[in-house]
Amino acid sequence: MELAAAAALGKFIGAGLACIGMGGSAMGVGNVAGNFLAGALRNPSAAAGQTATLFIGIAFAEALGIFSFLVALLLMFAV
Amino acid sequence: MATAEHSDGLAFHPMDQFIVKPLFGGETLNWYTPSNATLWMAVVILAVIALFVLGTRGRAIVPSRIQSVAELAYGFVHKMVEDVAGKDALKFFPYIFTLFCFIVFSNFVGLLPKAFTTTSHIAVTALMAVAVFLTVTIVGFVKNGAGFLSLFWVSSAPLALRPILALIEIISYFVRPVSHSIRLAGNMMAGHAVIKVFAAFAPLILISGIGVAVTPLSILAIVAMYALEILVAFIQAYVFTILTCVYLKDALHPHH
Repeated sequence: MELAAAAALGKFIGAGLACIGMGGSAMGVGNVAGNFLAGALRNPSAAAGQTATLFIGIAFAEALGIFSFLVALLLMFAV
Repeated sequence: MATAEHSDGLAFHPMDQFIVKPLFGGETLNWYTPSNATLWMAVVILAVIALFVLGTRGRAIVPSRIQSVAELAYGFVHKMVEDVAGKDALKFFPYIFTLFCFIVFSNFVGLLPKAFTTTSHIAVTALMAVAVFLTVTIVGFVKNGAGFLSLFWVSSAPLALRPILALIEIISYFVRPVSHSIRLAGNMMAGHAVIKVFAAFAPLILISGIGVAVTPLSILAIVAMYALEILVAFIQAYVFTILTCVYLKDALHPHH
């Protein structure tokens, strides 16, 4: 019984720790968007053609945050 | 997912909305059982048909409102495929447009109250991502033969680095279907779960004094999150489609 309680405790702590990964993803997305804006303000005429690249970059940065969310979900429901 | 243990926490569990249930009672789920997932997928497909078949039936020179929406969607994806993947990728346009329509409609239909978001299940998105992965790999080998492998051999890098880069490229190539599917499913699941978490705080006003402060904040948060989710629903469909185009470009033109 104590073992089960310890396992449940570990699950919750692990799920909470997994959420730290969101911070890294947030920095990544902010970095992409901020650099895009800095570049777009220097050369606004070239900005419109690069929005697709912007979204691809954001998607790649965001995927790793989603992975940490997935780890949290797996710990809560699958382990 | 466990159903018995969460009676002590929130009033309803934020993940309960993702459980696939048979529509007409019963407990067992077979592949032929009509469930809420199949119901909402059917709704999505009917909505796509309603827009693109019934909406454009008039074929007016001056389009009606619904016809111009259909034309805008068609032109949007057509331009995306042409810009990102190149002109010779346009023969894959029907496939990509089908993917885009299904994803964008199921994301938006899933935002209706009480609806089931089919794209929040990794089973659904993984099927689409693996289909894209297989298509792209087969097209790459058919078009370029063994030359497709030059995708992994970065010829612009110094020779000593190339084997290491090749290893990294191969790993990232095989992670593609994983990240491609989990990005969409994770975004949809997380957004809907957040809305439900705030919704669970809303009825606090009925049961405790602190609710006077919490409930209005919670309702505001639901509205804000819902607005964000409308944005995310579109952006994730866009991202899934544009990544398909990027992978297709790699398959058609593998040389760096």
